[in-house]
Amino acid sequence: MKPFTYERAASPAEAAAAARRHPDARFIAGGTNLLDLMKLEIETPSHLIDVNGLALDRIEATPDGGLRIGALVRNTDLAADPRIRRDYALLSRALLAGASGQLRNKATTAGNLLQRTRCPYFYDGNMACNKRQPGAGCAALGGVTRQLAVIGHSEACIATNPSDMAVALRALDAVVETVAADGSTRAIPVAEFHRLPGDTPQHETALQPGELITGVTLPPPVGGRQIYRKVRDRASYAFALVSVGAVVQPDGTARVALGGVAARPWRVEAAEPELARGARAAIDAILDGARPTQDNAFKVTLAARTLQAVLAEARS
Amino acid sequence: MRAPDVATTRRDLVTGTAATAAMMAAPSASEARAPAQAAAAPRAAAAALAKVSFRVNGEACRLELDTRTTLLDALREHLRLTGTKKGCDHGQCGACTVLVDGRRINACLTLAVMHEGDTITTIEGLGSPDRLHPLQAAFVRHDGYQCGYCTPGQICSSAAMLDEIRAGIPSHASADLTATPQVTAEEIRERMSGNICRCGAYSNIVDAITEVAERQA
Repeated sequence: MKPFTYERAASPAEAAAAARRHPDARFIAGGTNLLDLMKLEIETPSHLIDVNGLALDRIEATPDGGLRIGALVRNTDLAADPRIRRDYALLSRALLAGASGQLRNKATTAGNLLQRTRCPYFYDGNMACNKRQPGAGCAALGGVTRQLAVIGHSEACIATNPSDMAVALRALDAVVETVAADGSTRAIPVAEFHRLPGDTPQHETALQPGELITGVTLPPPVGGRQIYRKVRDRASYAFALVSVGAVVQPDGTARVALGGVAARPWRVEAAEPELARGARAAIDAILDGARPTQDNAFKVTLAARTLQAVLAEARS
Repeated sequence: MRAPDVATTRRDLVTGTAATAAMMAAPSASEARAPAQAAAAPRAAAAALAKVSFRVNGEACRLELDTRTTLLDALREHLRLTGTKKGCDHGQCGACTVLVDGRRINACLTLAVMHEGDTITTIEGLGSPDRLHPLQAAFVRHDGYQCGYCTPGQICSSAAMLDEIRAGIPSHASADLTATPQVTAEEIRERMSGNICRCGAYSNIVDAITEVAERQA
C-alpha cells in the first residue's frame, strides 16, 4: 500500500473542505472495496478523509411518504430496517444477496454505490486495463469474458458493476443526494449515476472530484410483488452472472432491472410493456443492441429464464 | 528430517527460528502499548503516523501506527494477539473476523486508525483454554476443523451471527423477510458464507453452531 495521510471529518462541510485541500484524496467509510484496491496499489490516494463521523447513519421518512437513507447506513442495517423489509422488499433482498455478513456490517449505502466497476483484468496489474491506465488498452476484450458485460460496453472496457443494491435502487427510482466541494448540493437519479464506459472507462459515475454522497432517497412505496433473483456460480458470496430485480403489479405490469450484464444496472422503461408478451420478448427488448461475446452469450438466455422464474414467482 | 520434540509447538518452532528477525521487526506487547515506542518501529520514509485508542478484550490500548496498518496487523503485529488469522488479506476468506462493538467484520479490510474509541473482541477475548466459550467447546466436540487456521474466524463469526439472528436480522435464506428468522442449517450456511474452510469441515461447523444455538434458545 502507498503511504497516505489520514484525517477524520466531523461534518459534510469539513469533508468538502478537506477534499478541496487534497485533490488526490479519497473519502473512506466502510473501506471494504477501497482498502482492497489500495493493497493492490490500484487505488493510490495520498490522503484519506474518514467520513464515518458525519452523522449520516439514519433512515428518515420524507414529506412525500418516501424514505431518505443516510450515506453511512450500513448494508446490514438497511436490509434489516422494518420499513425497508415491508415497503421496499426488493432493496432488502438485493442487499442480502450481496457480499458476506462481515462485509455487509461494514459496507455503507454510499460506498456500495461507489464500489468500482471491475473485472479480473482490472485487478491484475500485469494486464492492460484502460480503467487503471487510460489508453493502455483492454486485455479483457479477447480474453476470458464469461463474467463480463453483454451490453453497454465499448472497445475500451467490458467490466460490469457488481452492486446488487444498485439494481434494486434503479428499479425503485431512487435518487442520490450529494454535496460538492464548493458546498452546493444536487440530486442525481440512480438511472444517471453510473456511466457507461465509452472511451473514458476510468470515470464510472456522475460524481465530480471531491463530491460527497450524503444520502439516497426512495420515492413513496410502489407496492407489488418485489423479487430479486440472483444467479451465480456458488450459492452465496459471489457476484451475479445475471440478476433480475422486479416489481410486479397485480395487473401484470412490472419494472425490471438487470444486474451482471453491464457497467450499470440495466433498465429500459420503454421495453417494460413487452412483458405482456412474455419474459423472452421482454428480455429481447431490454437487451436490444446487446453485443455478447462467445464466452458470455449464455447471459442473454439466462436473463430471459431468470425473468421467467421471477414472473412465475410473482404469480404464485 | 528430524521431527521436533513433542513438547515443541509449531509456533515455538517458527518463533524460535525467526527469533532474531522478529525481535528486530516487531515490538513486544508491552512496548506496543506505549505510543512512543510503537512510533519507533521501522517504517518507509514517506509513511505517515496517526494515534488511535481502543479497547481490545477489555484492555485499553493506545497505539501510534503507520496509517496503512490494518486492524488485523495492529492486533497481530503490535498487540501480539495472534489468535486472529491472516488468510487472504482481502476480505474473501473470513479468517480475520473479529467483533467491533459486537459486530463481526473482516479485520483485514479496515484501518486500525479508523477505530478510535471502539470496543474490539478477538478469539482471545471470547474464551480461554481454561474457560472455553460455548462455541469453542462445541467446535472441539463436533470436530469442526482440521488444520484449525480458519477456526478463530469461524468462531468469532458464528458468535456474532447468532446475535444477528436473535436481533431479527434477515438473510438471503429467510423465506419471509418480515418474519422472525429461525436458526436452521440453511440459515447458518448462508450467514456463514463469508468464512471459508479449505479443509471442508463445514458440516461439523454447522453441527457445532446448531448445538450452541439450541442450548441458548
